[in-house]
Amino acid sequence: MRRFVLIAIPYAWLLALFLVPFVIVFKISLSDIALAIPPYTPTLRDGFAEFWAGLDFENFVWLTQDDLYWKAYLSSVRIALFSTLLTLLVGYPIAYGMARAPEEWRPTLMMLVILPFWTSFLIRVYAWMGILSNEGLLNQFLLALGVISEPLTILNTNTAVYIGIVYTYLPFMILPIYATLDRMDGSLIEAAEDLGCSRAQAFWLVTIPLSRPGIIAGCFLVFIPVIGEFVIPSLLGGSGTLMIGKVLWEEFFSNRDWPVASAVAVVLLLILVIPIVLFQRNQQKQAEKDT
Amino acid sequence: MTRLSWFNTVSLTLGFAFLYIPMIILVVYSFNESKLVTVWAGFSTKWYGELVRNEAFLDAAWVTVKVAVFSSTIATILGTMAALVLVRAGRFLGRTLFSGMIYAPLVMPEVITGLSLLLLFIGIGLDRGILTIVLAHTTFSMCYVSVVVSSRLVSFDRSLEEAALDLGASQAEAFRLVTLPIIAPAVISGWLLAFTLSLDDLVIASFTAGPSATTLPIKIFSAVRLGVSPEINALSTIMIAIVTVGVITASLVTKRAMVRQQQDEQAAIRAG
Repeated sequence: MRRFVLIAIPYAWLLALFLVPFVIVFKISLSDIALAIPPYTPTLRDGFAEFWAGLDFENFVWLTQDDLYWKAYLSSVRIALFSTLLTLLVGYPIAYGMARAPEEWRPTLMMLVILPFWTSFLIRVYAWMGILSNEGLLNQFLLALGVISEPLTILNTNTAVYIGIVYTYLPFMILPIYATLDRMDGSLIEAAEDLGCSRAQAFWLVTIPLSRPGIIAGCFLVFIPVIGEFVIPSLLGGSGTLMIGKVLWEEFFSNRDWPVASAVAVVLLLILVIPIVLFQRNQQKQAEKDT
Repeated sequence: MTRLSWFNTVSLTLGFAFLYIPMIILVVYSFNESKLVTVWAGFSTKWYGELVRNEAFLDAAWVTVKVAVFSSTIATILGTMAALVLVRAGRFLGRTLFSGMIYAPLVMPEVITGLSLLLLFIGIGLDRGILTIVLAHTTFSMCYVSVVVSSRLVSFDRSLEEAALDLGASQAEAFRLVTLPIIAPAVISGWLLAFTLSLDDLVIASFTAGPSATTLPIKIFSAVRLGVSPEINALSTIMIAIVTVGVITASLVTKRAMVRQQQDEQAAIRAG
């Protein structure tokens, strides 16, 4: 009895507030927009037969016909891929440096990586607006140095989006890589060097392969949420920055087209299923290896 | 390897400079006299004064704190239950679905979670306000809590609980007196995580908040969309200060607790 209650309460909560909402999104993605409250048709109040007959895949056909949507999906995936790679390139040396730092420093370094993660995401993105704008600090600095003669336009471009993503998602990349590097047996490197490897060779042939699980986990942790990112493209990106999270938001709040917004969400979810399944499989394999 | 090579020193210095300089700039410019955020015109605390007099911000801050306290507390209870189910309940009908629903919200884009919850609330005719934000925040943060707590439960030595049962404790007593104190640090960090996630959230709150309840991130976002403003810098500085003090205190407290536990264990070994 106690076991039943323990299972039933969180189960019921998740069913009602996680699964059922998805079913509703799917249902509305098959409906048509209407000038009513709620702004779509049919609803179950119309009776079941009419309700069933009123559902169709029109919105999904619409998504394939209008350039905006598939361009936004493609560009989200592209931005996510490229920024994941950038985050890896920036994050790996930091994680490596942390793992090689004296043991008594490591908890402090860890805390320094985690601390930004606890500060508001919105504030961290906002911080870059003042730095990257035309009369911002970066341009003032570069102008003063004489590196450039006219201010660079960075804010409201894709460059600013990349900077924002790398900055805000960096801890997600550093922590899993650091965890694998920290566990690594240092004598393996010594063995490789004794056997005639140069430092660089030992790094490529020993360190990188051994830290692969951390690299994979970090990349997924950045890639998956970035695809649906909304705050960064809308604050740092410009009109040319197409990302699907922003499109969904505008479809819903500006155009008030709920059926199309729902269809956008369903397709986004289908795109995300692949990396999510791959990620879960990777995590499971790791967990099995550890035990 | 106790000394850092020059390469590692450089990468750590640059890395932490990258992480911290933007926030330091933000804090410094909150004390700027000028309305123009990017031009330094002397030290002033006037923006903090403006902030305190801005009732819209104060109202939003109050709503945000209320939502965070309620949602993180409910999420901690539900999340701990879910963790117990995941780690201990063994097989039951629909277990795969259950664990799927625990892990999926962790990687779900916020726009989808927000949209789906809003459509649910409208579907059942629930007026949007504080209650709907609390329900939404509880749902995604309970999953984070359950991940944190279940990672502690996995390494938990069940023989301690069995010993308590053998010594005559009821199941409820064994849970309250043995299990709960041991998993307490994980439960507390789960609560803290849920609390900050709720404070932080813009997207899900935007979907689920009605005109009657605006949270601080929604307020900040609509102000920031129009450009940088020194008032927002001041507000950010206050939030950064609270988080910094909180995180440092929490880490000192856990460190002290760990040292004490080690001392206790050593004392027990010597006494035994």
